[in-house]
Amino acid sequence: MLKKTIAGIALGLTMATGALAQDPLSMVYIGKNTGNPYFDSINGGFVDACKSLGCEYEFVAPATAEATSQIPFIEAQIQRGVDVIAIAPNSPDALNQVLDSARAAGILVLTVNGDLTGNESHRDATILPVNFDIVGRDQVEMVGSLIGYEGEIAILSATTEAPDQNKWIVGMNETLKNDPKYAKMTLVATVYGDDQPEKSTAEMEALLANFPNLKGVIAPTTVGIAAAAQVVQSRGIADQVKVTGLGLPSEMRDFVKDGTVTAFQLWSPYNEGWLAAHFAKGVKEGTIKNEVGSTFEVPNLGTITINENNSINTQAELTTFTAENIDDFNF
Amino acid sequence: MSATDTTTTAEVGREAAPPRPLWHVILVRPETMTLVLLVLGVIVASQLSPYFLDVSYILRSFTLSAEFAIVALVLTMVIIAGEIDLSPAANMALSACLFAWAQASGVPIPIAVAIGLGAGLLMGALNAFMVIALQLPSIIVTIGTLTLYRGLAQVIAGDKSIRVPEWFIGIDRVLVFGLPVPVVIFIVTAIVLGFVLAGTIFGRQIYQIGTNEIAARHAGIRSRQIKLVLFLLIGAVAATAGMMTASRLGSVRYDLGLGGELQMVLMAMLGGTYIFGGRGTILGTFLAAWLLVVVSTGMTVANLLPAIQLTVLGVLLIVAIIATNFIYSRTQR
Amino acid sequence: MNGLRSILLRRETGIAVMIVLFTLAVTLYKPQFFTANNLRVILLLTPLVMIAAMGQMLVLVARHVDLSMGSMLGLSAMITGMMFRDMPEVPWGLGFVVAIGIGAFLGLINGALVTLFRLPAIIVTLGTLNLYRGLTFIVSNARQVDRQFIPSDLKAMSQSSPIFGIPWIIFMAFAVALLTYWFATHTRVGRQIFALGSNPVAAPLRGIKVTLVTLLVFTIAGALSGLAGIMYASRWGFVNPSNTGFGFEFQVIAAVVIGGVSINGGVGSVLGVMLGVLLMGCVAAALPLLGIPGTAQGAIYGAVILIALLIDRSVRQQGIASLKRVRA
Repeated sequence: MLKKTIAGIALGLTMATGALAQDPLSMVYIGKNTGNPYFDSINGGFVDACKSLGCEYEFVAPATAEATSQIPFIEAQIQRGVDVIAIAPNSPDALNQVLDSARAAGILVLTVNGDLTGNESHRDATILPVNFDIVGRDQVEMVGSLIGYEGEIAILSATTEAPDQNKWIVGMNETLKNDPKYAKMTLVATVYGDDQPEKSTAEMEALLANFPNLKGVIAPTTVGIAAAAQVVQSRGIADQVKVTGLGLPSEMRDFVKDGTVTAFQLWSPYNEGWLAAHFAKGVKEGTIKNEVGSTFEVPNLGTITINENNSINTQAELTTFTAENIDDFNF
Repeated sequence: MSATDTTTTAEVGREAAPPRPLWHVILVRPETMTLVLLVLGVIVASQLSPYFLDVSYILRSFTLSAEFAIVALVLTMVIIAGEIDLSPAANMALSACLFAWAQASGVPIPIAVAIGLGAGLLMGALNAFMVIALQLPSIIVTIGTLTLYRGLAQVIAGDKSIRVPEWFIGIDRVLVFGLPVPVVIFIVTAIVLGFVLAGTIFGRQIYQIGTNEIAARHAGIRSRQIKLVLFLLIGAVAATAGMMTASRLGSVRYDLGLGGELQMVLMAMLGGTYIFGGRGTILGTFLAAWLLVVVSTGMTVANLLPAIQLTVLGVLLIVAIIATNFIYSRTQR
Repeated sequence: MNGLRSILLRRETGIAVMIVLFTLAVTLYKPQFFTANNLRVILLLTPLVMIAAMGQMLVLVARHVDLSMGSMLGLSAMITGMMFRDMPEVPWGLGFVVAIGIGAFLGLINGALVTLFRLPAIIVTLGTLNLYRGLTFIVSNARQVDRQFIPSDLKAMSQSSPIFGIPWIIFMAFAVALLTYWFATHTRVGRQIFALGSNPVAAPLRGIKVTLVTLLVFTIAGALSGLAGIMYASRWGFVNPSNTGFGFEFQVIAAVVIGGVSINGGVGSVLGVMLGVLLMGCVAAALPLLGIPGTAQGAIYGAVILIALLIDRSVRQQGIASLKRVRA
């Protein structure tokens, strides 16, 4: 009799706690490809945030960054029944159909670090590292300050259709055209290194050969800036040609320490992951409204505003790295 | 022992080997190995993840590779005939780009489709010309044309995507008898080609060309015409597959199907097709396509690292080829 | 014998002519192409392909093919890079031993699969291409080896040297080419490779140990891929599991084929391969100089390969014709 009572109470308790406990929120972040140190940083932000928020989290990525390589992964996550899919898209539109299926299944779809240009209706919100409109302007200011606001400059970009880079290049061109501060600077060429070291190097060499009076190079891509810096370093022309752009401190540390590169910029990928996780949890639990104009709080980052087109900027300005502060960062 | 036995062993050079028992012929062949691997794959995949064993999910995943699988069927025939074609994936991209560009410029869809198909045929013809007329090795020619076609696709589409009209999108969502259309097309194509290869004289001749082209020609088989037909066929099928992909993705980029040629060859090899020609079946490639989908989907839905997926694929190929060779050497007279 | 030599000579002449014509055409348009500085640029684009192409040549001559070179490069580079990172007290020169050793081992596996199981090399190396790449990810935990961990002395090898400031890496590439030439023409084993490739059936009858020679060829290809791997770290300053060596084998095969090595085995020359590599380097350097958009470059490479094939075929036909004349 006693045994039965105890068993009954135990069963009752289990059922009660079962009813009270909720399934933890499950999130997945799909990177562009594996082995990419940049996404390892964003992943770090996600991991820590989910640990503190109590969500389940996994990071997956395809082996290559082709336009369609993420589709099977998205399908798999839908099949697994996750609550949130965060993704750094490899293509602006190849994922439209499959992301629509995800949202039809009730999954919150966020693009993190880059957006589906022209296809924003296929995602719920986007988390950008920084206000993309100011990147172009800030990069022009950066290179201008290095060359005395006078002389020929060139841009070494990633692929010709990289939507982020293209947006920034538009900003750069507008700044050069409209702001009298840069009137004495001329943009002589925009070349594309396809985010490959060999190609970026060849393009950089061609720039130096075609434009002997080149004073500055803006490379708003981590592979491009490293390749350009390496060319300058091996030729020993750091005084004639100033290289700057967007780069990872871990990759540029040597170049900054030996003076090849004076300064460059970026943001904090870690914070993007941190913010995205908090945002996703909030939206899913109803504490954050995914509407243009509304704001919400994120620990360590303060108040965040949701901007037009449901886009969220992790930080307002770019971070500038120089020899003084580069050792403070570990990504 | 008995008189007949000693006679048999004495005339070893002249007597044919004793006929193989029927069960031996049916079961001991590379396709059985593929089938076994397929079943094993399904079992392992369902152990790895509870989410795997869902028929509609598996079918949906298959449609992602269906285009390659359809071309792989024709590629099997090309390989059996003793040649190889590494350009179909690039063909898919270029045909799709031309098709998309045409319809985006206002050309009515049926004509745009015709343009795409025509381009595919032309590409097949170029391959055929260099291989058959100029007698250049098909592996090198098609490596060259694959680079060329992919490059031309890049010239046409730049690095942009070209959209296709709304009503054209979503061929993979349409169901026929509960199966997505691409899967149905794959099955139908397999049946048709399987019949042609195994049941027609044309098919028989393909095997003969692959086994020994010179002997086949001396026997009166028109090997050059047959090879021409095969190259044109794979060109047309690749073009169709390219346009199917355009429908599935909703837009076309130059990198459509990048790396697809390796997947197609993989499907043919896993299905027991002999790389040097003369052996292989449509059934084998059919099963191998499913095997490949099962293995990669199983690993993806279990959130296994791509690292592991690549390693497994590599090992799978080596195991399959060892088994195929073993079976062929045992069943050869 | 004379007729044979004239065929060989003509093949290299064809490529040399292509290079000269190409250079002339580009220089007319862009005089900077024909400067010492630009020569340096061209040469610096080639050393990795040059080193690996020598190995691929031997494999092709033996009537096989090796599609896994890129993955062998990647795996050996990664392991060497990880050694630099996790064991910095080890002298960096040891990296060469490690990289070449690992490459040789991977190549040996390729060779073993081909000889022991009598498998077609194209399929085996297709399998190991995936297998080795997967292992690279697993071994590195999908993390790249960052710039600061690659020894700066190693990186300096690609920057300069006391000899006219020409980087050591270029000398290394030429040294490998010379070694291959000596090996192919002045050692018995080297010549056996050619004999094996031109007539595999007759080879054992001539006393050639087919299994050993085949194993050797693949091992050399692997070792050279390993060397190319550590030189990748030297040239680019980092090792990444997905990118390092990805697609490399196609570049190598293209250069080797342009250089006149026959896919059917038995025929090939070091000079031809060097010229093939050089031509590819010229094209790679010229395209950005001419401002040709990246989107058209793929098409141009494809066209170059096809043109080289056509030239090769017409040369061979002429060569055969000249042989006939000699006999008559």
